[in-house]
Amino acid sequence: MTPASARLGVVRFPGSNCDRDVLSLAQVAGYQADFLWHLDHFNIQDYQALVLPGGFSYGDYLRAGALSARSPVMNSVRDFAKRGGPVLGICNGFQVLTEAGLLPGALVKNSSLRFRDGWVDLVPENKSSFWASQHSQWKVGGQLKLPIAHGEGRFYSPPDLLRQIEDSGQVWFRYADNPNGSLANIAGVLNETGNVAGLMPHPERALWDWMGSEDGRGFLR
Amino acid sequence: MPREVILDTQGRAIEQTLRLNNLAAQSCRVGRFVELTLDGSSDVSKQQADKIAKFVLHNPLLETYELIALGEVMK
Repeated sequence: MTPASARLGVVRFPGSNCDRDVLSLAQVAGYQADFLWHLDHFNIQDYQALVLPGGFSYGDYLRAGALSARSPVMNSVRDFAKRGGPVLGICNGFQVLTEAGLLPGALVKNSSLRFRDGWVDLVPENKSSFWASQHSQWKVGGQLKLPIAHGEGRFYSPPDLLRQIEDSGQVWFRYADNPNGSLANIAGVLNETGNVAGLMPHPERALWDWMGSEDGRGFLR
Repeated sequence: MPREVILDTQGRAIEQTLRLNNLAAQSCRVGRFVELTLDGSSDVSKQQADKIAKFVLHNPLLETYELIALGEVMK
């Protein structure tokens, strides 16, 4: 299927705030993109890819992403992922996917105890079957420059699970210079089959040179 | 309660304030108290509370939890 006829769904929760930016990311890549509301189910056959955008869904109540992860729309997201559909979680979307059990680990408060906002360099580690798989910077020694903006982006996992994530090639990106105390410098992870991916940095905020970097463009093929 | 390995940011902040006010404690950890009102006998309620805890209230990677029966509520 060519991107021109492919449809991408952007899942909106109350408090999502990067939804429109992600719509732009999809449109720049030639996708037809629309929003999916957290209270609705959807027909998984209508979409070729899904993105859970950043923000502060449910005001981060209980734990970041915890309440969104139990929204009705997540039943459809889960079915879509189970059938191999590509799902990407960015920032709060990454937190939602870990809370939903679709990605391993958890995101906790930054070790600095502060919200961090700035540019980071990312080292590609293992390829997703879809997301950023054709990225021009995905090469040995290549790095991607993307912005971060989070208070709870420190990747955490108990030692056994961390070993499993490392051994099974589920580390997607590492920070070149760790901004938040993430274990093993992990910035993004994959599920076991590589179709579900999550990262704390924001590819949708790096689409044009005037934004500071164009490295977000290659996340959609 | 947050697991021991998790940085308990609220606990640390309170420890610091206690220290600054000469009320130092060896440590301070901050958890969460959730009160549920449930129908049914205490056994049924406990099962339901456990189900709710496992469904959403508790992330086993980060936290531990225990259920405490608070007694009968007046009808």
